[in-house]
Amino acid sequence: MTSPADLTIHEAAMLLDEGALTSVALTEAVLERILTMDSAVHAYLTLTPETALEQAAQADVVRASGESLPLLGIPLALKDNLSTRGIPTSCGSRILEGYVPPFDATVVRRLKSAGAVLLGKTNLDEFAMGSSTENSAFFPTRNPWCLERVPGGSSGGSAAAVAAGEALAALGSDTGGSVRQPAAFCGLVGLRPTYGRCSRYGLVAFASSLDQVGLLARDVSDAALLLSVIAGYDARDSTSLPQASFDGAAIPRRNDLRGLRVGVLADYEGVGVQPAVKQAVLAAVATLADLGAELLDVQLPHSEFAFAVYYLIAPAEASANLARFDGLRYGYCAEAGTLEELYRRTRGEGFGTEVKRRLMLGTYALRAGYYEAYYIKAQQARTLIRQDFEAAFAQVDIIVGPTSPVTAFRLGERVADPLQMYLADIFTLPQALAGLPALSLPCGFDEQGLPIGLQLTAPALEEACLSQVAYAYEQATSWHTRRPNLI
Amino acid sequence: MRITREEVLQIAALARLALTDAEIALFQEQLTAILDYAASLQRLETKAIPPTTTVLPLHTALREDIPGQTLPQAEALGNAPHTQAGYFLVPQILLKEQL
Repeated sequence: MTSPADLTIHEAAMLLDEGALTSVALTEAVLERILTMDSAVHAYLTLTPETALEQAAQADVVRASGESLPLLGIPLALKDNLSTRGIPTSCGSRILEGYVPPFDATVVRRLKSAGAVLLGKTNLDEFAMGSSTENSAFFPTRNPWCLERVPGGSSGGSAAAVAAGEALAALGSDTGGSVRQPAAFCGLVGLRPTYGRCSRYGLVAFASSLDQVGLLARDVSDAALLLSVIAGYDARDSTSLPQASFDGAAIPRRNDLRGLRVGVLADYEGVGVQPAVKQAVLAAVATLADLGAELLDVQLPHSEFAFAVYYLIAPAEASANLARFDGLRYGYCAEAGTLEELYRRTRGEGFGTEVKRRLMLGTYALRAGYYEAYYIKAQQARTLIRQDFEAAFAQVDIIVGPTSPVTAFRLGERVADPLQMYLADIFTLPQALAGLPALSLPCGFDEQGLPIGLQLTAPALEEACLSQVAYAYEQATSWHTRRPNLI
Repeated sequence: MRITREEVLQIAALARLALTDAEIALFQEQLTAILDYAASLQRLETKAIPPTTTVLPLHTALREDIPGQTLPQAEALGNAPHTQAGYFLVPQILLKEQL
């Protein structure tokens, strides 16, 4: 062990409770890591070291008084599409440059109430639209495992920060895979909770029927702990579930999986899965069987349509949600003589290429005369995708497969061809469309030493089952203990 | 199906986006490719399938109508590029002869 910055949350909490570490020392170690590493990794858009150290000092006082809170004194990072009172929130976009929210997102408020130390805001693809963090209007983030490669996206800044020891864990958001795919690329645990589990209040909206706050952590126990803090019903989010709360500590830990029925995705031939990914996933499935799980082949026959469905529904919802960026109330405003010209120029100059491409696509799909053929058709196909999962979960408790068909690709490699970039999300889109919880965890490395992610999917609100299976797998393997060689 | 330049301009107008000539050409190509791919959905028989608008059981979220705290005016206007007398300021919308 070289630095407290590399500890898991539960390891750090134990040292803090024993008095062997203070939150100020822990936070200083993480800030030191940021100082040495972030000029190469570029995980953060905004850093708040002064308030972080104040929060850490406060946490040490609270702890000394004998009070205990779930994240007391733990330094965490936030994706920059989560609203933070008094701290700039840009969504990685020029159109929100300089915007300072007057309120906290509900999940941010929950982290603060749990005693967390907040380090700053992490980079993302503009408005969370992308799979590589190259669509940030400011700069691309690099993968700590190999700086020539992307960290995945859109929560790439959060993933890179946790992988590099620039935060112990981080929040992200997952609309079509934006937490799980970067977790896979950066060797982390990434959790997309059930739709409605975590409040979306204060998460800047991209596609409202799909957006869900998610998290990136170094192991399954940390992920369960973080979910316990951020989950819960919120009257400020009309899609919040009454049964949203989650208690990770109440889940019995299992070291075997006897009695568990695991569905193995059998039909991903032809998707272009990298051989090393396929091998690692097969080996992980064998490990689950060794732990006592019963294996069954499952089919999700309509998954092949998930890509087309997602790239009609998400842009359509985005075209409505992003109408609010009008240059009048916040953010960038172009000079113009008429209101119409002000709208067009503000949005034309303020949004980047990927955002404009999706707004165009969504506007096309919603246009009179095309609405039935594109948008309604996509919503009907979405029903078929949900029914596939319902049929599968009548047979099995959990479904297992790869998170991403490939490991981290090189910067610039896929920028020119958006269709190829979108296809990288093929395994993470169906769960998002069905609103199901899914977790990615490390299950190996390819021949270049790049991490591979295993994806587990459970029925709605079965995050307890997800963490039990993931925990048992984690105990049987050591992938999660590896850290990148930082320069 | 090839998207025409005129269609790109129509959609950009609906989306309130000023595009450069390079963007118009780029989006004409890329929207054509993406929509061609999306056309694969037409293979699905969906006549009897209800559309999914939300994965949640449909309900209307209601709460008690109790006045809560609101933002002070200065904070609500704090991020606006142009304000005047406690309002958001916009370019003139109606000409004198229209009033």
